[in-house]
Amino acid sequence: MSELAARPANPVVGVPMPHESAAMHTTGTAMYTDDLAARTDGVLTAWPVQSTQAHAHVLLDVRPALEVPGVVRVLTAADVPGVNDAGVKHDEPLFPSEAMFHGHALAWVLGESAEAARLGAAAVTVEYEALPSIITIAEAIEAGSFQGISPTVQRGDPAAALATAPHVFTGVTEIGGQEHFYLETHASLAHVDSEGQVFVECSTQHPSETQEIVAHVLGVSSHRVTVQALRMGGGFGGKEMQPHGFAAIAALGATLTGRPVRLRLNRTQDLTMTGKRHPFHAEWTAGFDDDGRIVALETTLTSDGGWSLDLSEPVLGRALLHVDNAYFVPDFAAHGRIAKTNKTSQTAFRGFGGPQGMHVIEDVLGRVAPALGIDAATLRERNLYAPGQATPYGQPVRHAERLRRIWSELRESSDFDARRAEIAEYNAAHPDAKRALAITPVKFGISFTLTAYNQAGALVHVYKDGSVLVNHGGTEMGQGLHTKMLQVAATALGLPIESVRLAPTRTDKVPNTSATAASSGADLNGGAVKAACEQIRGRMAAVAAGMLDADPGDVSFADGRVSAHATSDRSYSFAEITQAAYHQRVQLWAAGFYRTEGLAWDTARMQGQPFKYFAYGAAASEVEVDGFTGSYRTRRVDIVHDVGDSLSPLIDLGQIEGGFVQGAGWLTLEELRWDETDGPGRGRLLTQSASTYKLPSFSEMPEVFNVHLVEHAAEDGAVYGSKAVGEPPLMLAFSVREAIREAVAAFGPAGHCVELGSPATPEAVFMAIRAARGAGAVVRKAPRSDVATARTTSQPLVASDT
Amino acid sequence: MDHVVVTVNGMARPLPGVAAHTSLLDALRDLGLTGCKEGCAEGECGACAVLLATADERGGAEWTAVNACLVPVAAVDGQEVVTSEGLGTPAAPHPVQAGLAAAGGSQCGYCTPGFACSMAAEFYRAGRAPADGASHGGNGEHGPNGFDLHALSGNLCRCTGYRPIRDAAFGLGTPEPADPLAQRRARPAPEPVATRLGADGARFVRPASLDEALRLVRDEPDAVVVAGCTDWGVDVNLRGLRAELAIAIERLPELRELTVGDASLEIGAALTLSEIGRRLSGRVPLLDQVFPQFASPLIRNRATLGGNLGTGSPIGDTLPALLALEARVVLASVDGERVVDLADYFTGYRTTVRRSDELIRAVRVPLPMAHVTAFHKIAKRRFDDISSVAVAFALDLDDGVVASARIGLGGVAATPIRARATEAALYGQPWNDEIVSNAASVLGSEGTPMSDHRASAEYRALMLESALLKLHRTHPMASEEVPA
Repeated sequence: MSELAARPANPVVGVPMPHESAAMHTTGTAMYTDDLAARTDGVLTAWPVQSTQAHAHVLLDVRPALEVPGVVRVLTAADVPGVNDAGVKHDEPLFPSEAMFHGHALAWVLGESAEAARLGAAAVTVEYEALPSIITIAEAIEAGSFQGISPTVQRGDPAAALATAPHVFTGVTEIGGQEHFYLETHASLAHVDSEGQVFVECSTQHPSETQEIVAHVLGVSSHRVTVQALRMGGGFGGKEMQPHGFAAIAALGATLTGRPVRLRLNRTQDLTMTGKRHPFHAEWTAGFDDDGRIVALETTLTSDGGWSLDLSEPVLGRALLHVDNAYFVPDFAAHGRIAKTNKTSQTAFRGFGGPQGMHVIEDVLGRVAPALGIDAATLRERNLYAPGQATPYGQPVRHAERLRRIWSELRESSDFDARRAEIAEYNAAHPDAKRALAITPVKFGISFTLTAYNQAGALVHVYKDGSVLVNHGGTEMGQGLHTKMLQVAATALGLPIESVRLAPTRTDKVPNTSATAASSGADLNGGAVKAACEQIRGRMAAVAAGMLDADPGDVSFADGRVSAHATSDRSYSFAEITQAAYHQRVQLWAAGFYRTEGLAWDTARMQGQPFKYFAYGAAASEVEVDGFTGSYRTRRVDIVHDVGDSLSPLIDLGQIEGGFVQGAGWLTLEELRWDETDGPGRGRLLTQSASTYKLPSFSEMPEVFNVHLVEHAAEDGAVYGSKAVGEPPLMLAFSVREAIREAVAAFGPAGHCVELGSPATPEAVFMAIRAARGAGAVVRKAPRSDVATARTTSQPLVASDT
Repeated sequence: MDHVVVTVNGMARPLPGVAAHTSLLDALRDLGLTGCKEGCAEGECGACAVLLATADERGGAEWTAVNACLVPVAAVDGQEVVTSEGLGTPAAPHPVQAGLAAAGGSQCGYCTPGFACSMAAEFYRAGRAPADGASHGGNGEHGPNGFDLHALSGNLCRCTGYRPIRDAAFGLGTPEPADPLAQRRARPAPEPVATRLGADGARFVRPASLDEALRLVRDEPDAVVVAGCTDWGVDVNLRGLRAELAIAIERLPELRELTVGDASLEIGAALTLSEIGRRLSGRVPLLDQVFPQFASPLIRNRATLGGNLGTGSPIGDTLPALLALEARVVLASVDGERVVDLADYFTGYRTTVRRSDELIRAVRVPLPMAHVTAFHKIAKRRFDDISSVAVAFALDLDDGVVASARIGLGGVAATPIRARATEAALYGQPWNDEIVSNAASVLGSEGTPMSDHRASAEYRALMLESALLKLHRTHPMASEEVPA
């Protein structure tokens, strides 16, 4: 095993423990950015003036706002000393002269209170000169409105393979977006300190980039700006790029007024101003042989990027790299493009395009299984990657056997076959309710596809008393990264976890950090923390060796004691060694650095090895669908998931369960609706509150929820043999959607192919039930010798979702 | 008194700076009690949940969880509030806090203080007792310790997927005898206090008597009358509405009576839905079906029938049920009372026959009630959602024939409506497949459903139809009538 992956005896990693802040969370004493504002004297509140048109030239008169009692200042483009841009692509003016979407912030009012700032913003008059707007992907395609790259991932000759495939299906899949709905909305608090440093507290997943954007807006160097991310009340990708502009507004306000400025979006503002998961439109043609093996897939994915690029390019890239999910597709082509629409600028969201890519092939398999006359679970299993196979972008699928092991373990632990038989009996006896049990796999690539991001730093201090303070570049958003980093540091230094404390993430401690994203937080920062700790441990081992009359290589650190095997009758406390080291003038702090080795990705050709490894998992979900309403319950979910050897099992369990439910929300419940009419509200988000945008509540929790971590699964390429866990479990939720599909099918004749809206809301499910009930008997499985018939027969079975 | 005093975590806190519209949430945060969070500002997420000492039915107090974002702090003048910080500390956590932490019930932690408060309210609920297994078996919504999971249905968590929170809740024991919040229940809850806050143009007044309240609404026709503020609070927070004068009436004793007569049942307009549910104790099975589906306990602990009737929303879930029960509305003014059939009460979208000088004092439900009742709510989410369609049935079946049929509908017109054509199609007819099927088609064409972000017009109409078919399926014959 690699040095990176190997664990010492009795490590602190691998011990289940609650979140390091749990006691503060539950008692309301954990501080979030805006809680600090409540404790700051003289703080001003910033409030946006939002566009009420989807696309228009705008002319602002801010003077009426200044008449409102309590209004201190209105920030406009004229106030920007640096670059008037909030993004890294230079396509996001912080103060626009052209409103690009309904809700776009045009100016910001600073008030003594939120009430004053709100009234001030309402007093600003905006003249609109309307411009044509594009709201839907279909409109963008029609108008040729695209932005950024349009890459293709290809292997073989899918057109030729499709021409000779025994069974060919074609269809369209519409995939809905998703609001992050982190419980803590975007928040920043900025002040200028006595030394002229701009200090920004920000709910951000990417403090270094927030720092860079603040600096370029202010026209100062990065070393004048410090960003601290205490903790976030949820991120999910929504705070990777989107916080920068808000931080810049707060910082600009603070520099101009000399007073602290807080900016906290209320829920409506957060929903109407910030980016979401990209909706996708996919056209596909898939070919199968008689045994149900996929012979070719060609698809064109169009994402809805919204008004600016933000992270749409890498999101699209990851989508193309995950169309295959866990299935071997010999001849393959996935084309991608990004629609430019007058909507919020869509952004990172847990899975980062991966879920949308996988959605395509899971939809294909779920839709065509009845037409092929093959049970969907069998169809999926038959197409799983086998050892020795590679992805369409040329990366060998290492540990493909683990995928099959997970699959069979899950079928066994979920009692799959017996329950399916019970379900068949239940369905036969219940004309108005149907149950189904579906199983789906996940294979998710781990590493940033932007290779440069795969680096991290840490700063570890050991004090004379033996206590340890850890800084690292990752941010805590609830995923338990800090808990894992405490466990890594305690393991590396052979200390009990109580000896280690973690300091909030800030850019003046560890510079040039990557976003805490792509599930990579623990892999990257864990590597860096471990590296820093090991430097210190090495120096302390030399000191201890002298005291123990032993060879430095023989010195061991465990449970806060330092000893040597050769002289095991003696040992010192960790603090005794630090004291001695100090007096011997030995450095007791270190910077750690980590970069992921072995990546080779050609973004132009979309070929190579973008990922360090794959995370695997599978889920079996049982649902019950009510034939009267289309509503459904998730009766039971079983998951087997691969987190390598877990760094922190309770944390990983939480990531798996939470990711799964969030994915189920995206696929079955959460629906973003925009005003697509030509009326005055065109482009307005209609679901702009918690009462209209519904995320999962207790009623969506699976009634029985069994999660098993794959055992003895050490990953050689990651810290202490672990694997990333943040994103992959979200995609286990396809099992819920596929179970709903199969339950709907049970309302119709055998062989009926079910098209299901995404999200599969009760309404969408009910409409699918109606279609199933209305369906006549369907021609099953065209014979191989009759290719042409199969082709024509299959066409109408899988027509457009729209 | 010109400023509000609230007892927070056991300490009287004068709040000189608050305005008439200031929420309890903002007031608490200004005190530095930032465990209370704003997640949505409309009572959907529960991140702001706190505990309020309210009167129980035995002269003591109970800890009631409410959304602090919706309640004006002036409305809790003189009352006792406990926040997550008051439950426990990191060094000495409350049992619900210790349980949540140990189970992995917090990830980002932002919703957690609100969960702790909702959970604590259920922890202290007087009637909570270990389930006998038979009555609650199988649905997974009650723990072995009697914990009702519905207590948490108004709290949203985006991180955990809820399973660890449920396990923490189901693992709770009972309060220790020395638990101060448990002991507090033995003493009466604070009495209401007359409150006058603010100056002209932005006042909050809690009148000391019904007479004073009636004179006020006569003299101040533009005043906003508020009870639980579960609707008004949303207008304040999300739509920026401000009242020149808000008149709080939810503590007036005359509006909080519940009397059962021979000919009717009278429910005080200012009783909360939670109180009504408890005090009716099964007398109105139809309402027992409505309440668990009505928003969440955090809302039901404040929301009133008077509030539902006052706002006149076409999607207020109690209204279709009250229509099916042929309820009547008792309106009071300085000139006396009048009684209006609920079916004649609504005049248009959020407008009613109530004059600005009238208060809704009570709702009267005629007795005896129909034997077959059912409430069907169609929404995206089973807990804590707003109806796209709501259907309430009240039928009498006599020897297989429909002897009476009253059907109330929500979400399919500008007001809640009676489905009179359907009622006519059923009345006097045999309760069989053919009649029901035809009547279901009629029901599907009642009202004028619209398409919006909740549902399409087509789905709404189809759900009306489905509702009657489902009722028939669950109540196939008169001889087999069972409570739904």
